[in-house]
Amino acid sequence: MTAFAPPARPGPPPAATREARGGVLPWLAVPALVIFVGFGVIPLLGVLFLSFTSWDGLGEIHLSGLTSWRAVLADPGLPHALWVTFLVMAASWAFQTPASILIGVFLAGRQRYRAVLAVLFFIPLLLSQAAIAIAYKALLDPNFGLGAGLHIDLLSQDWLGRPVLAFSTVIFVVSWQFIPFHSLIYQGGVRQIPRSMYEAAEIDGAGRVRKFFSITLPQLKYTIITSSTLMVVGSLTFFDLIFVLTAGGPGDATRVLALDMYKRGFQANLMGPASAIAVILVLVGLALALLLRRLGGRNPGASQLEGA
Amino acid sequence: MSVTQTTTRREPTAEPGTHRRPQGAGGERPNWLGGAVSWLWLAVVIVPIYWIVITSFKAQSTYYASNPLAPPGEPTLANYKMVIESDFPLYFLNSLIVTIGAVVPAVAVAFMAAYAIVRGGAGRFLRGVNSLFLMGLAIPLQATIIPVYLIIIRLHLYDSLMGLILPSIAFAIPLSVLVLSNFIRDVPKELFESMRLDGAGEVKTLWRLAFPLTRPAVVTVTIYNALTIWNGFLLPLILTQSPDKRTLPLALWTFQGQFSVNVPAVLASVVLTSLPILILYVVGRRQLLSGLTAGFSK
Repeated sequence: MTAFAPPARPGPPPAATREARGGVLPWLAVPALVIFVGFGVIPLLGVLFLSFTSWDGLGEIHLSGLTSWRAVLADPGLPHALWVTFLVMAASWAFQTPASILIGVFLAGRQRYRAVLAVLFFIPLLLSQAAIAIAYKALLDPNFGLGAGLHIDLLSQDWLGRPVLAFSTVIFVVSWQFIPFHSLIYQGGVRQIPRSMYEAAEIDGAGRVRKFFSITLPQLKYTIITSSTLMVVGSLTFFDLIFVLTAGGPGDATRVLALDMYKRGFQANLMGPASAIAVILVLVGLALALLLRRLGGRNPGASQLEGA
Repeated sequence: MSVTQTTTRREPTAEPGTHRRPQGAGGERPNWLGGAVSWLWLAVVIVPIYWIVITSFKAQSTYYASNPLAPPGEPTLANYKMVIESDFPLYFLNSLIVTIGAVVPAVAVAFMAAYAIVRGGAGRFLRGVNSLFLMGLAIPLQATIIPVYLIIIRLHLYDSLMGLILPSIAFAIPLSVLVLSNFIRDVPKELFESMRLDGAGEVKTLWRLAFPLTRPAVVTVTIYNALTIWNGFLLPLILTQSPDKRTLPLALWTFQGQFSVNVPAVLASVVLTSLPILILYVVGRRQLLSGLTAGFSK
């Protein structure tokens, strides 16, 4: 049995068996390793290297020391992009989380009509961000869109033409796509709460609101952390949607870090500074992931495995 | 790995709508607030989808005059005809080639790696490989796109479907390995032991034991990756150039640039590109949803 010990189990397996299987097993991991190193690890190191070079995307790559970093760090565009990225993160979290918890709790219930709700509810998750952005661009068009057609002035504003409106529109469309997803996560979380906890609370005469705040919400702690981690780290990578919907505009009102990197690199042909932005993007992502993990006091992923 | 994933694994019938278990969220009285928010959001989700679908059947000439939420008086397929005639089948084929070409090898190599990590994970090499993949979960795709672009150019794969397939495989590997190894770990050790006593080697054990027993997980991972790659926009945007190498999301974007004033035609293209996934959703809703949540730790 020891020979089949899972990795977590203390104590090495007997040398003889390990050697015997040592032959085949590591080789099975090699194809995945090669592809991942080639198109994942090397690019990650490469982006750090490229941030110390000048390259226009076509010609020769020249080492240029800290030139790119100096340019990027001195550019007021960087703090702006960081700020917009932070705002998108905070606003999309603050809007999606309460809504997703409420919907998740509701979906976990026993209502009969829930099946109807479920079928259509998840469609946004399946669509590509490009398709969603294009559909919303048409829908929100001040002259030809839904609001104009219905002759409702409140709805026929220049949604993508004014900074605050464009920003809000981005948050709304992001939520439109992802609230169903996070509701699904919360639904799963709620279903794992033992029924007996609610029964005990009912005996003590707790009402619905009380039960929600004293049982449901605390029990969902790790679900909230998981869902928030996905929202926060995921918001760093909103590219497709913002690129198609606003292209960072109007002006640079919705120019998040990922978009800033793309524009510097592939539109202004400044791959060095763009790589520096990419390095910042990686660092911000790692810092946030670590922070949220510390906040949880444990690694939600690992512990769920052990508990399973 | 996660709450929801564990749920879907333990209860294969778990699906929103068919689950019969005592209500988790409180007493017998209806949950008014949750219900109100859910139905409101359902409307928010459905109205745009409804608008997209009905508008795509309207003629451009009648579109501006009609009530946007009224179904078309005389439904027309002209918009669809126009979209299909502008090389839509080619883009569809490109998307199909890239998706199948990336998903099949990605799941295959990820399964082998997951098997090796679970069965021989005590070894230093495989432990290192596992940590590397876990770290890979934290790499955002966008951040590595510039070196990927450089590598694809140097490999002379720029503007080719192969150039889209290789990075897509690499980006699919970490999560696939994580999900698959979680499931392979659940296979009872006694079964591995009896395979070994029967004299089966590791490759045979993988194929005859681990693979059949974890088939639902393989389906789930396949669906998740296929959806991600089918909908991918950034890689085709950066790694291709010629119109005949476009995949659907990119073609959609350029189509919108050309026909922006023809709203019904643009929306017909949106419907057409989403149709394959929607058909898949109707056929296998349960697998698709569990596929999505299995991937959620990304």
